[in-house]
Amino acid sequence: MDALIEKLKGQIIEQLNLVEVKPADIKPDAPLFGEGLGLDSIDALELIVLLEKHYGIKIQNPADGKKIFESVRTMAEFIKSNGKD
Amino acid sequence: MELIITSYCKIKRNTIYLEGNKIISSNSENPSYFFAEAYKTLELNYPKFHKMDMLSKLGFLATETLLSIPKAFGTEFLLRNNLNQISIILSNHSSSLDTDRIYQKSISNKDQYLPSPATFVYTLPNIVIGEIAIKHKITGENAFFVSEKFDAELLVNYTQELFKEANTNAAICGWVDYDDANYEAFIYLVEKATDSIKNANFKALNQTLLNQLFL
Repeated sequence: MDALIEKLKGQIIEQLNLVEVKPADIKPDAPLFGEGLGLDSIDALELIVLLEKHYGIKIQNPADGKKIFESVRTMAEFIKSNGKD
Repeated sequence: MELIITSYCKIKRNTIYLEGNKIISSNSENPSYFFAEAYKTLELNYPKFHKMDMLSKLGFLATETLLSIPKAFGTEFLLRNNLNQISIILSNHSSSLDTDRIYQKSISNKDQYLPSPATFVYTLPNIVIGEIAIKHKITGENAFFVSEKFDAELLVNYTQELFKEANTNAAICGWVDYDDANYEAFIYLVEKATDSIKNANFKALNQTLLNQLFL
């Protein structure tokens, strides 16, 4: 799980153009939206693209997004649960 | 009502000029590197800048130069005027064509159809106005014109109308054009010539002056 979390941090930084953020700045359990990284709604759409591009996962129910994208750890758990790590 | 230009900025050929004076210059021929260098030099500390498309970065840098250089007259612009009475009127030749092409390329491969929402949101030229407005919480009128070349007559007339008819007390105006690594920005601040800000150095807004400053 830790390796997947570290990989995800790099992919999030690249996908969202977080030029001033380093992987170490992203805490696995910190909220991605609001506080924490302070991502916005367009970033949420980019994270959906990230999951499809790198892991071939399509989110079927948009309502699940809030839970999946709560933190890097919840994203990693979702990827694991889909057997795509 | 006399309108005056209280400050202006130009960006072209790897150089930023404030009121005619060179303030940032780079050897980099690559606009991405030059814009990043300028962002750093101006100490803007606004991470969203890195997510903007090139047109928005260009307009943002020109406006920030006007509003943030210490001791420049423009730094007090936002304090002198109510944010809901500041209008933003911009124009260019290439619209958002540069970003449109990037987006078009991303949707042309049907086997790997993964268009970027973050790119899509910049496929309109007036998004640069939104970026400036969001940064400074400006909520006045706004307009973006696309024309063959810099149209001083249009900009002067439209600005004068806004000051007369709309709830406008100040304006950020100009030209922001970016396409295929060619770029040029000319942004100027317009305010009413009140006693408190009238100064011999400020010049009345008119077409001749605009064309001279644009060159």
